[in-house]
Amino acid sequence: MSVPDVLLWVVLPYLSIVLLVGGMIWRYRTDQFGWTSRSSEWQEKALLRWSSPMFHFGILFVAAGHAVGLAIPQEWTGAVGISEQLYHLGATVLGAGAALITLIGLCGLLYRRIVVKSVRLATSRMDIVTYIGLTVVICLGTTATVMNQIFGPAGGYNYRDTISVWFRSIPLFNPQPQLMIDVPIAYKLHIIAAMLLFCVWPFTRLVHVVSAPVEYVTRPYVVYRSRDEGIASAPKPRGW
Amino acid sequence: MKVMAQIAMIMNLDKCIGCHTCSVTCKQAWTNREGTEYIWFNNVETRPGLGYPRGWEDQDTWKGGWRRTKSGKLVPRQGGRLSSLAKIFANPNLPDLKDYYEPWSYEYDKLLSAPKDSANVPVARAVSLADKEHIDTIEWGANWDDDLGGSMETLDNDPVLKKMNLDVAKNIEDSFMFYLPRICEHCLNPTCVSACPSGAMYKRTEDGIVLVDQDKCRGWRMCVSGCPYKKVYFNHKTGKAEKCTLCYPRLEVGQPTVCSETCVGRLRYLGVILYDADRVGWAASRENEQELYQAQREILLDPNDPEVVANAQANDIPHSWITAAQESPIWALISKYEVALPLHPEFRTLPMVWYVPPLSPVVDAVTASGNDGEDHKVLLSAIAQMRIPLDYLAGLFTAGDTRPVELALRRLAAMRSYMRDVFMGREGDESIAGAVGMDGKTIEQMYRLLSIAKYDDRYVIPTTHPEMPRGISELEGCPVSYDTEAFHGMAPAAMGRAGNAAPRRPSLPLEVL
Repeated sequence: MSVPDVLLWVVLPYLSIVLLVGGMIWRYRTDQFGWTSRSSEWQEKALLRWSSPMFHFGILFVAAGHAVGLAIPQEWTGAVGISEQLYHLGATVLGAGAALITLIGLCGLLYRRIVVKSVRLATSRMDIVTYIGLTVVICLGTTATVMNQIFGPAGGYNYRDTISVWFRSIPLFNPQPQLMIDVPIAYKLHIIAAMLLFCVWPFTRLVHVVSAPVEYVTRPYVVYRSRDEGIASAPKPRGW
Repeated sequence: MKVMAQIAMIMNLDKCIGCHTCSVTCKQAWTNREGTEYIWFNNVETRPGLGYPRGWEDQDTWKGGWRRTKSGKLVPRQGGRLSSLAKIFANPNLPDLKDYYEPWSYEYDKLLSAPKDSANVPVARAVSLADKEHIDTIEWGANWDDDLGGSMETLDNDPVLKKMNLDVAKNIEDSFMFYLPRICEHCLNPTCVSACPSGAMYKRTEDGIVLVDQDKCRGWRMCVSGCPYKKVYFNHKTGKAEKCTLCYPRLEVGQPTVCSETCVGRLRYLGVILYDADRVGWAASRENEQELYQAQREILLDPNDPEVVANAQANDIPHSWITAAQESPIWALISKYEVALPLHPEFRTLPMVWYVPPLSPVVDAVTASGNDGEDHKVLLSAIAQMRIPLDYLAGLFTAGDTRPVELALRRLAAMRSYMRDVFMGREGDESIAGAVGMDGKTIEQMYRLLSIAKYDDRYVIPTTHPEMPRGISELEGCPVSYDTEAFHGMAPAAMGRAGNAAPRRPSLPLEVL
């Protein structure tokens, strides 16, 4: 196993995890005010109206697909009676569909980001990094699926024998980089790009992903809160 | 009964001259930053007119406020919890910059940097602050139809005129007009707070002020569309929501809000009101929209009722706040004189900025027709006959029920006539007072409050720290110690202001309990 292999499939994964988790914690503790989705709906609404939901719902579906494909061992799906052929068919059809929706949404968002001037002016440097990172990762992932699963060898490429096992070996602190050596190049590039994106994730507006307001569903409508004790407890002179 | 305290405001519309001083001073204090160019926590609208943002009252379009379901429950009109979350990626009800206006500035620099021998007169062209492009023709602003300017084109789109099926005269001589200053309503049942997915918005338990926690806001924008008054704004620079804070840092030390302090017409009143928090849901969900005004008045509690006071004390409301509620100009104008009315109660948010409707459109019309605009008989019959101003005001303040508006206007008219006699050196005519269900003494009290009330009568604001009465915190570093005698000697509430002989209110904290 060569040095680059170890760097890519052992060092980089841990580095990206450290940066992602550590960066998130650091930013959450130091930059609550900057923690926002930074919506540009105020500047432009018509294009956002369809492209943003397409992108977001698409990418959520893609994320769920990744969770299933990477986290669940194929022995488990086999045990409940899902054959490899059936899994491959389902994953390819659903995955390609979700990728298509995500890509159309992304194109719409990129178009308005670049062409609508008020949106372009509201774009920060980290937004550019975010957009490039997301576009590269999504395009590479789609390419890998199209090349290997749709137009590849019959039955597609079974990443659950290699990539998924490697993926699970990382959090178990038993990294198995040798599994990644013979993985098709498109998958390799997709994974590297994704890990690089995770490295910068906490420093972009992507932090809004972990703020998905699920607690809203169970909350009472009107929130009451007492005056901030931090302000109220300021030293006060004696009153008499 | 769960008694809670709320700081409320009342504006006397007859006194508003539409000078926009409140808007400008508010903007200087709060929204003179990049990202807030288009944000007016306080704005003044000419009525009839579209308002700001354009046609904000039309909830069929904007879906603000609450909707009562068939089973009598309240749901935000823009959708319940799940439906709101489904719209989080693109909020279809969000006004965009065309509905507000494209903020702009001028190239003032070009006036200074133009070359000496330039063949052309240097000009400062308008530049959009959104996309930095030149704007050749500015087509809308926060205040475009001020004084009915351009209203020939836009007046028909006034949501109140539409809803009340009113056809107003469009020639300036025959039309009626008044100003409506607006701030956040600090509602008892706020939809913005209810719509915030992050729980970043809240109503303060001590004083009922509705605020956005800037650290917790994640920019989901549901509050902007949820608010039927469109008084929560999106800061496009920070990506967070901002709104009127009722100048809480000033209120906490007993000072009035900036808009009140700088109002040249002195038309604003601030004070504490006690309300029954247990009945807020009941009051907001009355089936008949026209009952909402009365229902809201019912949950406002009489601060002089011993049971209310006992309950307020049990609920940890400071003594100084209860005293302030008893002296509140708000309680007097809403419940004693019944001249103040809520803005659009049909939104079901139970707003806490109320208005004394303007009598001036009626008086102006009566005077213009050659009659005596201060004769109560003429005025009272004119109020009943002039349906358009009356219906329009009812569309603004009482969900279309003209009776409360008519009562308020009749009382204002009666006050006018009664006080004319007094000033002419005649005996006040009790029959005038009696005709509107009042007596001469009450009319004179109402006159004092509406016409010549002093600073301390208009703003009865208890401080955050009961041991620090208003005025005292400004004396930090004062060489005089806070010893009891020295303290008794000063009148803290009015230090340095209004040194006239108006009777001083006893300073609250020294009262022996």
